[in-house]
Amino acid sequence: MSPRSLFLALTALMLTACGPSTDSTEPAREPFASTYQPLPSKTTLIRNATVLTGTGERIDNGAVLLEDGRIAKVGRDLSAPRGARVIDAEGRWVTPGIIDAHSHLGVYPSPEVAALSDGNEITGNNTAGVWAEHGVWPQDPGFDTALAGGVTSMLILPGSANLFGGRGVTLKNVPSTTYQGMKFPGAPHALKMACGENPKRVYGPGRQTPYTRMGNVFGYRSAWIEAETYRDKWDRWLAKGDEADPADKPQRDLKLETLAAVLRGDILVHNHCYRGDEMATMLDVAREFGYKVTAFHHAVEAYKIADLLGENEVCAAMWADWWGFKMEAFDGIRENIAMVDAAKNGCAIVHSDDPHGIQRLNQEAAKAMAAGNRAGMEIRPEHAIRWVTANPAKSMGILDQTGTLEAGKMADVVIWSGNPFSVYSLADQVFIDGALLYDRDDPERQPMRDFKLGILEVNS
Amino acid sequence: MNRFSLTAAALITIGATMNPAAAQRIAIESATIHTLGDAGTLDQGTLLIRDGKIAALGPKLSVPGDVKTIAGKDKVVTPGLFDALSALGVEEVELVAGTVDNELESSHLGAAFDVTGAINPRSTLIPINRIEGVTRAMVAPTSPSAWLSTPPGSLFAGQGSVISLAPVSDFVIKPRAALFVTLGKHGADFTGGSRAGTLGELREALEDTRAWDALPAGQKQTANPGYAIRRPAREVLLKAMSGELPVVARVHRASDIGAALALADEFGLRLIIAGGAEAWIVADALAKARVPVILNPVDNLPENFEQLGARPDSAAILHAAGVLIAIADDGESHQARNIRQLAGNAVAHGLPWDAALASVTVNPARIFGLGNGRDGLMPGQVADAVVWSGDPLEVTTMAETVIINGAVQSMTSRQTLLRDRYLDKDGDWPAAYSHPSSP
Repeated sequence: MSPRSLFLALTALMLTACGPSTDSTEPAREPFASTYQPLPSKTTLIRNATVLTGTGERIDNGAVLLEDGRIAKVGRDLSAPRGARVIDAEGRWVTPGIIDAHSHLGVYPSPEVAALSDGNEITGNNTAGVWAEHGVWPQDPGFDTALAGGVTSMLILPGSANLFGGRGVTLKNVPSTTYQGMKFPGAPHALKMACGENPKRVYGPGRQTPYTRMGNVFGYRSAWIEAETYRDKWDRWLAKGDEADPADKPQRDLKLETLAAVLRGDILVHNHCYRGDEMATMLDVAREFGYKVTAFHHAVEAYKIADLLGENEVCAAMWADWWGFKMEAFDGIRENIAMVDAAKNGCAIVHSDDPHGIQRLNQEAAKAMAAGNRAGMEIRPEHAIRWVTANPAKSMGILDQTGTLEAGKMADVVIWSGNPFSVYSLADQVFIDGALLYDRDDPERQPMRDFKLGILEVNS
Repeated sequence: MNRFSLTAAALITIGATMNPAAAQRIAIESATIHTLGDAGTLDQGTLLIRDGKIAALGPKLSVPGDVKTIAGKDKVVTPGLFDALSALGVEEVELVAGTVDNELESSHLGAAFDVTGAINPRSTLIPINRIEGVTRAMVAPTSPSAWLSTPPGSLFAGQGSVISLAPVSDFVIKPRAALFVTLGKHGADFTGGSRAGTLGELREALEDTRAWDALPAGQKQTANPGYAIRRPAREVLLKAMSGELPVVARVHRASDIGAALALADEFGLRLIIAGGAEAWIVADALAKARVPVILNPVDNLPENFEQLGARPDSAAILHAAGVLIAIADDGESHQARNIRQLAGNAVAHGLPWDAALASVTVNPARIFGLGNGRDGLMPGQVADAVVWSGDPLEVTTMAETVIINGAVQSMTSRQTLLRDRYLDKDGDWPAAYSHPSSP
């Protein structure tokens, strides 16, 4: 296998247009703000489809109306407004756009050359001050192939070499010459953290901490203690309001700014962690410092602590069947996702961490569903689709805007050629904010990043 | 029963399951049988297995009374899956030192490196893949991959062997079935950084072997100095130049495939392309030279400058041009079970379904020259077959019964035991006290 992306897994995210800024000094200013604007759309009625809404519902002979970039109505027998495009989707299936909670597109793009590998600042065990978005190459052809797989939003995380890898960014899967043009408006930032083998493998051999898992936990706690002090210093200064003396204004520190924003609840923690016992340790660290782990990623042993994850309302973002490429992945089983899902308050996510896997998250969810059913569960497509739509949206803090087909949400929609839980089904049409960004039948409506342009065509 | 007798009983049970069960008689009744052999596809067929072999198959077979019958209604039967590029038995955990034996970080042996002796039939990977229908595999050596710096190694990765995934003895079906060489960018890691260096060293080795072979018999054993490669490697290359030993070239770029074709033609090599992201560009030349391609059809990204032409329908293009293809994911042995998903994706992008099924079952056997002995489900052939819950290329389909050498295999693996342990966890007691059984 080619484990590079596994090694250098990533993390977290970006910032938000709503909610408090991560820059405590100037709440009104958002650095690197989203410039995303929905592409032109027209009112579209999709009818005669099998609709999986992402809320757990299946509507046979269903219809979805997209209007002004939003889902206007979902149901049966909807009538088309005057002038609307009507798509007869007989025999086809409609789902919310697929969402990947763990991608390195742009930061580990194709071609996989060192010059473009910008996904992990491994120079220190805590690089919480770096932002994945500053490594995103918007010309990664992998964005286009992911779109053809129905992916409409994704969390681009930095790698997992460090205890704190940095901030991740949530992107809409739209072509743009700048990453700002892809940034999901209002999505909260994420912080990537990593447990286990990777940090000790990367830093230990050079006799830097961490050399062991003990060192990992020492590193997290030490950083959070520093972050508490930093937050308190700022809070005291800000509390003075107009009376604050500018001369006393604390010095900004980008690393601690990120960590303090986690403690304030403004940044969501996405924690790479394989083993069940280590996830339990990380929940204790979070409890000690009063922050929340939003999701464990990879979580190959999540099935061993499914109840604990449910009790703590933590999501687990997992592969359907990857296992064994390193020691902490040795106990992987096919039923992991279904067992996490089955727990009370279970929040299972199928993630990719891979430019190929992201093109087939529907198939990965299908395998996980089938494994659960073989083990005696009764998981239906209308439920399993949530593993690649609503649940990742929830973990990314964007469920109020996308992730399900509900009136008022962004019209991020996929029309599949058939049941998306079949290996033979392909995304026929993909809409983002109501705009038709991909049409399998129309080469003119298939984006091609600059890198792919003119290499073979002019040379054959 | 005391502890000792329990253990003894367990050993007896294990001994029984390890026997090839050659005497087992099995009938799979009323199934859709894709024989991939002379009999084509039977809609309501019965497959009769006796003494490890397929005894008969047909739409209306009378089944003797002393047979274990498997209801085949609504089931699909195929030959077992064959992973054409694996490290099964020679890799346990990639990142755990001492558990990986398919990469030689030395150039001492070169072509004479033979993985066969290192194959561990008790690897955890084998039951995990066997219960999902993988019955045979090529265990292929690879040249070491560079991380931060290039390790020692050779463009000659070594010789690979075909194994059966069932028995722990006599599991090697065909030892030293192919020689693996690494060309392109990766091969150049071992030859000074240029593809031309790789081709030059390969040519030098072949020419040296030819010259050495021309020596009078008496001098062959002694005249060793001055050759580019050592004598054991020359003996291997001699077999390759006679056409007896196929040469698998791992290579992606169309121009590099062209160079490999020219070299194979010049030295009489029986060439097989592995990887081949751009093989579709030279599909006609490959078909003309009767060179098969082992590829991963979902490799559709320009992952590097030798795969700029990667596309999702390359399997379909190669097949349409008349190239014999196998579908595999080189180096993903833990997931050998997923080759059928890869084949299904190739179908979604234009490969005919029958060709896709053949690419993960009988084609690898053809490519590695296993002969007619195990091609397809036909009377007289060794009985490797899988009963599927439905379409074997579909992701929601499961293998329900796996038969190897005519014996029904246990459907237990370390993964199913872990699953059962945590599914059935007793409330009061730690999971460690749960001992799920192995049926």
